[in-house]
Amino acid sequence: MMKTKLAILVLGAVLLSATGAGAIELKFPPPDFQTPYGLPDLYNPPPAAGFGWWDTVILFGALSLATWFVFKSRSRRGLFLLSIFSVAFFGFYRRGCICPVGSTQNVMAATFIPDVGVSAIIVSFFVLPLLFSLFFGRVFCASVCPLGAMQELVAIAPIRISPALERVLGLGKYLYLGLATLGVATGAGFLICRYDPFVGIWRMGHSFNMLLAGGAILLLGVFVARPYCRFLCPYGVLLGWMSRFSKWHLDIPPSPCVSCRLCEDSCPYNAIDMPTPEHLVEDPETGKRRIRAYVFLSPAIILAGAFGGYMMHEPLSRLHPTVQLSERVAAEDLAIYQEEILESETFRAGDQTTAELHAEALAIRGSFKKGGAWLGAFMALIICLKLIGLSIVKKRDIFTPHKETCFSCGRCYPYCPVEEAGATT
Amino acid sequence: MSKTKKFDRRDFFRGTAALAFTGAAWGAVGEKTEGTVWQLDPNKCTQCGRCTTHCVLNPSSVKCMNQFNICGYCDLCFGYLQPGSRARGTGAGDQLCPTAATKRAYIEHPYYEYLIDEDLCIGCAKCVNACLVFGNASFYLQNRQDVCINCNECSIAKACPSDAWSEVPASQPYIYLTGDKSTTI
Repeated sequence: MMKTKLAILVLGAVLLSATGAGAIELKFPPPDFQTPYGLPDLYNPPPAAGFGWWDTVILFGALSLATWFVFKSRSRRGLFLLSIFSVAFFGFYRRGCICPVGSTQNVMAATFIPDVGVSAIIVSFFVLPLLFSLFFGRVFCASVCPLGAMQELVAIAPIRISPALERVLGLGKYLYLGLATLGVATGAGFLICRYDPFVGIWRMGHSFNMLLAGGAILLLGVFVARPYCRFLCPYGVLLGWMSRFSKWHLDIPPSPCVSCRLCEDSCPYNAIDMPTPEHLVEDPETGKRRIRAYVFLSPAIILAGAFGGYMMHEPLSRLHPTVQLSERVAAEDLAIYQEEILESETFRAGDQTTAELHAEALAIRGSFKKGGAWLGAFMALIICLKLIGLSIVKKRDIFTPHKETCFSCGRCYPYCPVEEAGATT
Repeated sequence: MSKTKKFDRRDFFRGTAALAFTGAAWGAVGEKTEGTVWQLDPNKCTQCGRCTTHCVLNPSSVKCMNQFNICGYCDLCFGYLQPGSRARGTGAGDQLCPTAATKRAYIEHPYYEYLIDEDLCIGCAKCVNACLVFGNASFYLQNRQDVCINCNECSIAKACPSDAWSEVPASQPYIYLTGDKSTTI
């Protein structure tokens, strides 16, 4: 079926080009061969078959296995072995494409831009980890995501950073998500894929800078565990939101916690909520007053954020290649640069006039005004929500994983001395 | 955590969220569920050479093709021979191709057939440019779909100065020469 389709396609193309070639004058007319000679067929291999839906099946299988390791067997070793599989299969063997992290952009592109579609397989890659997250927590991050698994494997000597620094740096992933959305919505490109730190390692080749960045993140990851996941991963934001409302979630002790404090230092991600210290327990009225103040201030902060984002539209718009080209061409015309670069050279050889290019760039800059304002408002909203979240002090007596930030990696399991209720020891 | 089996309000919200979410994402699939692949339009290509240097694969998945019904089968092929080469031979010193990927075979006097050894071709477009300037413009670049790993954002597409790259339906993964180019030159 595929073969006949291809043959028809090739034949059609040959006929089409033959009529085209007949209409135009060639410098050297194709020869009239005396000896029997047939024109060779055009060799046009179809796209490599890929895995199709098998990719989705394997992803589903890996997610189910991770869930089983987290909930049923409570096996850190199992999760570790699954991490190795994920790095080998989704990373090195499938060369990192498609991945759920990048699929976010395809789904966004299909949402924002008319005429852009997205294949069902890519949607399944986007949705499956989120659904698992909604029911079981971030089991995808634990050992299925090749980027996370890779960093989990190298986190040999993790140090703990202060929760305050963790929160501030953690805002990076919201900014990255916002910028990626802006990039997709304005047509600047897929930033998450462009700055994927590990894809060069999967493919054993990339630009030198990206390989350097990937190496640096891995090296940093030996001491500051999972720096990409915690501070940059845009998909992690969505997973975190889902996980916050998850139906089930990893529990450190399988039975009631005895608050023995043995797991206290086991989590390198600051994702264990400790029992509330005495000095933090405050009069409920003070807390309520603070929350009221934040909620009252939020609209002003969000408006300020939107204004700030709007003011940033000029530097932000340089993410777009057309704006870059327009600025370059303008600078060359003003003799700021003496030499042309390949882009401007090609542009000048083409049909588009300079005025048209600048008009196009101006229109794109306009879309960045709107997008920048949204980005600023989004960041301000996140900061407001974080502040409100911080000011709610819940009285807690036991050690529990923080559902939003816990990667369900199981590092705390070996530290917990509590046995399964009813288990014979 | 309560162990009640009752389906409570939170479960209802969660279920609704899951359904709405999957539905919305599935809606995004829309009518265009077919996969796409990256391809360059040879009619827009300006032979800048970036296909060689910017592909994540080494050598690049972009290869040269010869469209035989346009090819003049010239003995003195500028896509094949180094400018000013003394002999029209097959020696490496006479060839334009830096990797000796263009092969020629004698058909009859004075015609030669030109084929590309795609294992050697690096997609540098030197021959494409020479054939465009001096000949019938029958050489052109195409992204080999059996080699390409179909990155989500193609590195070459991002670097292409002439906007020749786009995503095309996987069922029609090649773009052929329309012949317009040889008339404009």
